[in-house]
Amino acid sequence: MSPDESGQESEKRALREAELSERKNRLVQSLEERSPEAQQRKGENSSGAGQGFAQAMKLSTEFVAGVVVGAGLGWLIDRGLGTSPWGLIIFLLLGFCAGVLNVLRSAGVVAEPHDRTRDGGS
Amino acid sequence: MANNPIDQFRITEIVPIEVGGLNLSFTNSALFMVVTTALVATFLILSTGGRGLVPSRWQSLAEMSYEFVANTLRSSAGNEGMRFFPLVFSLFMFVLFANLIGMFPYFFTVTSHIIVTFMLSLLVIGTVTVYGFAKHGTKFLHLFAPSGVPPIMYLLVTPIEVISFLSRPVSLSVRLFANMLAGHITLKVFAGFVVSLIAADGLGAIGPIMAILPLLMTIAITALEFLVSFLQAYVFTVLTCMYLNDALHPSH
Repeated sequence: MSPDESGQESEKRALREAELSERKNRLVQSLEERSPEAQQRKGENSSGAGQGFAQAMKLSTEFVAGVVVGAGLGWLIDRGLGTSPWGLIIFLLLGFCAGVLNVLRSAGVVAEPHDRTRDGGS
Repeated sequence: MANNPIDQFRITEIVPIEVGGLNLSFTNSALFMVVTTALVATFLILSTGGRGLVPSRWQSLAEMSYEFVANTLRSSAGNEGMRFFPLVFSLFMFVLFANLIGMFPYFFTVTSHIIVTFMLSLLVIGTVTVYGFAKHGTKFLHLFAPSGVPPIMYLLVTPIEVISFLSRPVSLSVRLFANMLAGHITLKVFAGFVVSLIAADGLGAIGPIMAILPLLMTIAITALEFLVSFLQAYVFTVLTCMYLNDALHPSH
């Protein structure tokens, strides 16, 4: 092998490497472009039947729990203090408010009662 | 087995025990709770017995579950939250295994009974309340009195916040229970369609052919149920972590 030939060879290799790294950069770029899109698509997919059902379940239980707990609390207060039916009426309404608050909170529309140090709520 | 889709949730006594007028029988529900706990314990003890530097399949499964719960806990309750790791990990594994065991035909689903899930969530809320008061004292009550509200509004806001706090165990338990209950009933109903269509008189040869449709649906729902089993265990864990975060940082 003559030195001339080997020089040509190394030049060729350098050229190939440059080409390779350029191609790699392009790939990385296109991957980056694609990843949020892919995530979004994934989100859309999973927001189909299963996810929608889960979301509906979550929000409805939050609301119902608020109303039920409010009514239960009012009923207990009435039983204890003999203020029937005012405790039930007032706490049912407050429970309704708490239910709406729960739903809004778990949907991420209203902030949590205090600033979360790490996580921005649900 | 009966065709009644509710029949699978019936509690039967295996070993009748009665103490002082209380029915403390060992039921099928209790049996499956024991099975769940035993299975989790066996899985973890056996899979971590090797302690290889290069984990075996079982060991990496155990490590994965550890990492998963630890990351969930860290991201919502911070590093301080790791002191609750044993509680959260036990809850996650128990709920996950109970849900998955329920997917076997003829097995009992422990988490489809509200009393079980309600006790689990009471445990969580009890921990939050006790730890919150023990660590922060009366400062824990700031949870019910958000700052930046005109004083007169506390009359209205505080009861609402208290109810909202008390409704957490209810919604936490109802969500898990309702998902498991609804899923298993749906599964049973569609599977029942297959049997009724094949057994139906008067349909002739069309019956078995039509039975393919609910059969396909049953397969799809089974897959969905496996997903729901995992998802509900995860949701339960995430919410537990968020409530524990309240105990750690009641006010900013």
